Amino acid sequence: MGLETTNYRNVNENPCSMCMPMGAILPFKGIEQAMVILHGSQGCSTYMRRHIAEHFNEPVDVGSSSLNEKGTVYGGEGNLKKALDNIIKVYEPKMIGVLTTCLAETIGEDVRRITIDYAKERGITDLPIVSVPTPGYGGNHPEGYFLAVRNIVEALTEKTTPHQKVNIIIPNISPADIRELKRILNLMEVEYILLPDISDTLDRPYEKPYTKIAKGGTKIADIKAMGGAVATIQMGITVADELSPGKYLADAYGVPLYNLPIPIGIENTDLLMNKLSEITGKSCPDNIKDERGRLLDTMIDSHKYNFQGRSVVFGEPELVYAVAKTCFENGIYPLVIASGSKNDKIRQLLSAEIELSPEPVEVLNEADFMQIRASSRKAGVNIAIGHSDGRYLTEKEGIPLVRLGFPIHDRVGGQRLLSIGYTGTAMLLDRITNTLLENKYKTYRSVMKKKYFRDSNKRIAGES
Amino acid sequence: MEAALAITERNDSIAKKGRQKAQIKCDTDSVAGCVSQRACVFCGARVVLNPITDAIHLVHGPIGCASYTWDIRGSLSSGAELYRNSFSTDLKEQDVIFGGEKKLAKAIDELVEKYHSKLVFVYSTCIVGVIGDDLDAVCKAASQKHGIEVIPVQSSGFIGNKSAGYRAACDALLRLITPAEPKKIKHNNSINYLGDFNLAGEAWIIRNYLHEMGVEVNAVFTGDSSYAELKTAPAASLNIIQCAGSMAYLAERMESLYDIPYLRVSFLGLEDTVSSLRQIALALGDADVIARTEELIARESALIEPILASYREKFNGKKAAVYVGGGFKAISLIKQFREIGIEVVMIGTQTGRQEEYDTINELVDEGTIILDDANPAELERFMVEQGANILVGGVKERPLAYKLGVCFIDHNHDRKHPLSGFVGAVNFAKEVYSTVCSPVWNFVR
Repeated sequence: MGLETTNYRNVNENPCSMCMPMGAILPFKGIEQAMVILHGSQGCSTYMRRHIAEHFNEPVDVGSSSLNEKGTVYGGEGNLKKALDNIIKVYEPKMIGVLTTCLAETIGEDVRRITIDYAKERGITDLPIVSVPTPGYGGNHPEGYFLAVRNIVEALTEKTTPHQKVNIIIPNISPADIRELKRILNLMEVEYILLPDISDTLDRPYEKPYTKIAKGGTKIADIKAMGGAVATIQMGITVADELSPGKYLADAYGVPLYNLPIPIGIENTDLLMNKLSEITGKSCPDNIKDERGRLLDTMIDSHKYNFQGRSVVFGEPELVYAVAKTCFENGIYPLVIASGSKNDKIRQLLSAEIELSPEPVEVLNEADFMQIRASSRKAGVNIAIGHSDGRYLTEKEGIPLVRLGFPIHDRVGGQRLLSIGYTGTAMLLDRITNTLLENKYKTYRSVMKKKYFRDSNKRIAGES
Repeated sequence: MEAALAITERNDSIAKKGRQKAQIKCDTDSVAGCVSQRACVFCGARVVLNPITDAIHLVHGPIGCASYTWDIRGSLSSGAELYRNSFSTDLKEQDVIFGGEKKLAKAIDELVEKYHSKLVFVYSTCIVGVIGDDLDAVCKAASQKHGIEVIPVQSSGFIGNKSAGYRAACDALLRLITPAEPKKIKHNNSINYLGDFNLAGEAWIIRNYLHEMGVEVNAVFTGDSSYAELKTAPAASLNIIQCAGSMAYLAERMESLYDIPYLRVSFLGLEDTVSSLRQIALALGDADVIARTEELIARESALIEPILASYREKFNGKKAAVYVGGGFKAISLIKQFREIGIEVVMIGTQTGRQEEYDTINELVDEGTIILDDANPAELERFMVEQGANILVGGVKERPLAYKLGVCFIDHNHDRKHPLSGFVGAVNFAKEVYSTVCSPVWNFVR
């Protein structure tokens, strides 16, 4: 039980992940008045803008240094500086992220040095420019995401007087999830700093006049103050130390770090509530206790239907862990757990659940959809949970897909998917259960007939 | 310009139609930091070749390039589905340091063994251009080893813009269709249809019209096309080109290599559809074909004209902005909007050429803003300044339009409804209606 596959292979057939700079763009979009530039050829920013815009249904402006052949041969310093000039002119940002790409990394651009020189040359003192090395071959988008958050913290956080706020490092979850988290924190009267916070910037209200950069996002002053926080809760249980912003804050400023899973599922949400109580001394408010009770009620209402579910869970490691755990809690045993990223922790973190699973569980590391499909078919999976590229499983194997995570590009409302906390978990669970039911109602008549019906007359006549 | 642009380098790429003919700066590299809407060379090559349905399309590069272009065209197939997979060598740091040629060779071996395709396209990405993998040599060796065609597509992202990718794709296609003995080709009476990618069955729609006219389509480049079909391309007697941006170069080459004349056509909108069908019939010069064409035009026009007229009434006073990939499409859209009573007040393209901008300038009304390689800040500014009610564009532009309270038409790879031919003209009007006349705007205005 509990096979794990780590493969070296020559060809990836239908990717289950994207590249590092894609992940690194997202945190910058969750900081107040920030802009981001990709140092590389024009296509990278266009592709990533398209993907992000489609998921959030929001305008997503990302600059490019538009490296051409000349810049590639002789160095792209001039292009990058010009890009910074132009971004400042048009967007008047309060902070700029500069991400590298395959191209910039391979020709050996020293982006940190270039941006420091740039600020000196232009006499810029009050505009942080944070660079993140994100070669497309250096990892996948989840690694790019956490590396960007870490570099932002490394660049901005300062030694400060201790205060009562709790740092919360947010993984790639939906704006609706972040709003739910804020609601919980506010109900509990916990003071907090969320980094990053895309809840307004990538799900902005319709209003006039339009502004080039959406309002909202984590305030730069708050990021500076993270070194004085009472603790860091990082939703990054699968994150490697060298990518971990919370680990950096612990090492550099002695802020105690609690790595917790994304609070999807009852146990994972309990962990968050308990940890918040432990850190702040505040207890879980009654209305949240009620929400917990309602989640239990939801789980009981649907447990028999869910018990017929056998799932494949795929996507970013952090989300995959939380969702797989939720599946185990509800008897929707995840027989295939897959991430496109290289991540050795998922299997280990789920070892107890895998041990107790009535059927074998396969954990796929660095997976592509060809493997996910083969394993899902072999295991007899009947529901898939993950991002839009899993529609391939529906199309090829008839496995219905519950869309969750990033990117959702074949449906609307990626930004509105609520899945965290007791309430969000109940909503996610309903989506899963109802998908199982819909599929059952759609097929049980034909399945039963095929399985059991024999035409007696024909049999007697010898025609069957 | 009344008010100066923030980025002065962009001034020459924007013109306002006036008494003096404006020359617009185009077909150059994007200005750094401008948030250009353009894609890269690889993207250009990939979107052109991807609809070849029975080929293995292998991206030699890091995972992102394959990920972002998986199933990108939305092209439909009448047969093979192999093209709907996204294969990548998924280059990692070690491969970048030590070179990716061996991995590529093995990847080709594995894919050929598994899928038995007679045709493999290997696309190079930025990184391959920098580390200097010899794509030609690997492909040649693989080709000999397996006895199939393994064609390198030189599409490193930084060697130009999307247009350079179109050219790389055309070079790959030329390589594919080149017969062993070019002199022996006998032209049959069929035509090749270039620059349609069979989004939502558009190549099929046009093929049906042509069939009714008595004209047989030989090969489509590249919508719903196959290895065997493309191989026959040099035998056709006429090429018609829909998307000039991607295919004009190939048509020119085929004319000089195989004496196949070409016609530029457009099936966007009633006016262009009618005139294109007529031109094709005239070019073939068969009286019977011409008569059948007129019958088809008369019947279909009679069917859709009243529909278009009924929509025209509803669009009274509306103004449109257009920002699309190619110049030829932009030109068609001006006429198409005119058909339904809408004036175009802003128009731009990602990869338009000088002569296309000249045509645009002739077609539009005084005061229209014309712009090349625009960015969101410019689109926002000119849509507002010009009072546009509707924007035509791609996925990235859609949220911007909506945030400005401007209606939107998808004219991109992943739309699921045809906009070509008579049926497309009606669909276009219907889509304009669905956005311009939606009750949703009552709540935000």
